[in-house]
Amino acid sequence: MKRVYLDNAATTPVRPEVVEIMNLYMLEVYGNPSSVHWFGQEAKKGVEEARERVAVLIGAKPEEIVFTGGATEADNLAIKGVAEANMKEGTTKHIITSAIEHHAVLHTCQYLEKRGFEVTYLPVDRDGLVDPDDVRKAIKPNTILITVIMGNNEVGTIEPVKEIGAIAREMGVAFHTDATQCVGHIPVDVDEMNIDLLSLSGHKMYGPKGIGALYVRKGVRIRPILHGGGHERGRRAGTENVPGIVGLGKAAELARMELPERQARLTRLRDKLIDGLMERIDEIQLNGHREKRLPGNVNVSVKYVEGESMLLNLDLAGIAASSGSACTSGSLEPSHVLLALGVPPEVAHGSLRMSLGWENTEEDVDYVLETLPGIVHKLRQMSPLYTRRGECACTTKK
Amino acid sequence: MREVYLDHSATSPIRPEAFQALQEAALRDFGNPSSLHRKGVDAERIISEAREVVAGALGGEPDEVVFTSGATESNNMAIKGVARALSRYGNHIITTRIEHPSVFETCKQLEEEGFQVTYLHVKQDGMIDLDELREAIIPGTILVSIMHVNNETGIVQPVVQVGTLLKQMREKITFHVDAVQSFCKLPVLPREWGIDLVSVSSHKIGGPKGVGALFIKKGTKIAPIILGGGQERGLRSGTENVPGIAGFGAAVKAAMAGREREASELDALRRRLIEKASAIKGARLVGAVEGCAPHIVNLSFPGLRGELLLHYLEERGVYVSTGSACSSRSRALSRTLTAMGLTSDEAVGSIRISLGWNTTAEDIDYACEALAACVAKLAALVRR
Repeated sequence: MKRVYLDNAATTPVRPEVVEIMNLYMLEVYGNPSSVHWFGQEAKKGVEEARERVAVLIGAKPEEIVFTGGATEADNLAIKGVAEANMKEGTTKHIITSAIEHHAVLHTCQYLEKRGFEVTYLPVDRDGLVDPDDVRKAIKPNTILITVIMGNNEVGTIEPVKEIGAIAREMGVAFHTDATQCVGHIPVDVDEMNIDLLSLSGHKMYGPKGIGALYVRKGVRIRPILHGGGHERGRRAGTENVPGIVGLGKAAELARMELPERQARLTRLRDKLIDGLMERIDEIQLNGHREKRLPGNVNVSVKYVEGESMLLNLDLAGIAASSGSACTSGSLEPSHVLLALGVPPEVAHGSLRMSLGWENTEEDVDYVLETLPGIVHKLRQMSPLYTRRGECACTTKK
Repeated sequence: MREVYLDHSATSPIRPEAFQALQEAALRDFGNPSSLHRKGVDAERIISEAREVVAGALGGEPDEVVFTSGATESNNMAIKGVARALSRYGNHIITTRIEHPSVFETCKQLEEEGFQVTYLHVKQDGMIDLDELREAIIPGTILVSIMHVNNETGIVQPVVQVGTLLKQMREKITFHVDAVQSFCKLPVLPREWGIDLVSVSSHKIGGPKGVGALFIKKGTKIAPIILGGGQERGLRSGTENVPGIAGFGAAVKAAMAGREREASELDALRRRLIEKASAIKGARLVGAVEGCAPHIVNLSFPGLRGELLLHYLEERGVYVSTGSACSSRSRALSRTLTAMGLTSDEAVGSIRISLGWNTTAEDIDYACEALAACVAKLAALVRR
């Protein structure tokens, strides 16, 4: 059976070049970078070389990169780190974020609310865009942090981070962005985009799992969340995951070299998939912005059909996709992102995310275009909502 | 030149079984375990299998194991997690002066946040005094955190007795044990020993770096420190490091399959090392021959610099460490050794030799010859 992996936003296959360098650091240069002997020092060199490669990819300096156990930890470190560094007894500090953040940001903000911080969750428009003017209006004298996702993991909308960053800079507020879905896929430059803190992940850019990084602009104060041996300049304790780090470094280097080609190719495949689906399936809508969109992201809501049912049928046909983000696909609640875009819950339930990656081909897209319309047709025939849709207009509007 | 790596307590080379499992998971089973499709389900299965293996090694149930990015995270999570979850019952924590920095610094951090921490002394033999522990317990004590095997000396703390003592208390006190150095070497049985939380690491037992686990006995109150997608039953968010976890599981499986044999072989090698090294002029064993972990030997050569000795040994292809890897960069004297009452001369002159799954008798013999030669050379320089 043909197998098509269209869940690259959940995780990407790792590149062979990445595995190769990881193996070298697992089998030969296996020391602990804190050790002063050769094994330790060679491992440390590998870590520092990787740090430079990651820094170059996002226009940062090596010493501004902190390696973490993944992007979730990076998000936690950025937000709690800035919050705790600015905590002062007797005062309430304020954080601004958006309604469509990844749970790593959302739940961290909610946790800080419980601990006495004030959090503003900015709304988004129908395309999922945050209005920079809303950011400006939300800033108060006690605002210490703005955190807005760069490219949304579910609907693919790319936020105006450069504009938001400029406002943050002007008002003297630290600006963090979760760029997990963007780094390695679209150009990212922390200086040009006025970013103070940025989270990125290895396994979303053909690197290894279990590794990520936080960019922290020089001069921005954060408190660590993991205490111990003083690794990563005291900002993240724990023996460095050397193979993971050098793997991430390699993935970053590959991304830097291949980025224009990757972006162009995936955008072309994405548009072909979107246009093809719109043509072949009626009562379908694209979620997220049509143009300001991640190169690999397709998110559609198919009316009168359950997303999970489409997913399982696609899986039987060898196509791996997702409903909403992988982190929440086990839950039955409609995605908070789609609800924030104003998608009615019953339509949100029929949403499907297909995310393309470097292994995907034109044939893969053709295969989906051949397969999905049939699945939708079959499911709709079994759906009373669809067969009786003429009788009752209350299913989508209320 | 022969190369002899005797720094397993800093990090161990990966076992072939672990490497194999990691490769397969990285290349074939690359899915996100949260995904509902086949790739995701396959990845989830790998994690479940590894969880069973790790739980089995600790005599617990799979749902008592939370995978983390390493033991530093496990220790942070255990201590902060319990402190946050139980802060309304009390704010007192008891630990020791010889903990790994990931416990020690976390406790220091909690002190800044208003918690009260008692750091127990150790006796000259490196062990805590159970009477001092008993006296330190107050009505507001919520957590006791004591390491099983010290990473610098191999000295084993009486965690079984501590567990028994804590069980006799009227109020429930959560008991955490950092078992990074004992896991897969000595028995670690939290449920039998009255321990609620146990931190373990993968790369110290021949598994990959970047992964560890926290054992959390059912019913233990703990708050997560990394929030997000709700993985690991909400206790530790973040996409699971599937290859790392697969490698960890395979390493534990390999280590546990031959644990008793491996441990007795290690112990025999350790005794061989101690015997030969003791013959070197000026050598002093820190710790004891009996009752210590089978893989760590701490030797002191008062009057010499351990750091120089380390470099001399390296020139002969023998890799050891001074103090723990995590603190060997700092110039400060080892907290553990000074807590045991060593003089600064003794502490400065100490080196740690740590054995592991691929250490052989020839390695020990070679290392001892090299050590004798290096000590003689260095001593001659010092005398001059």
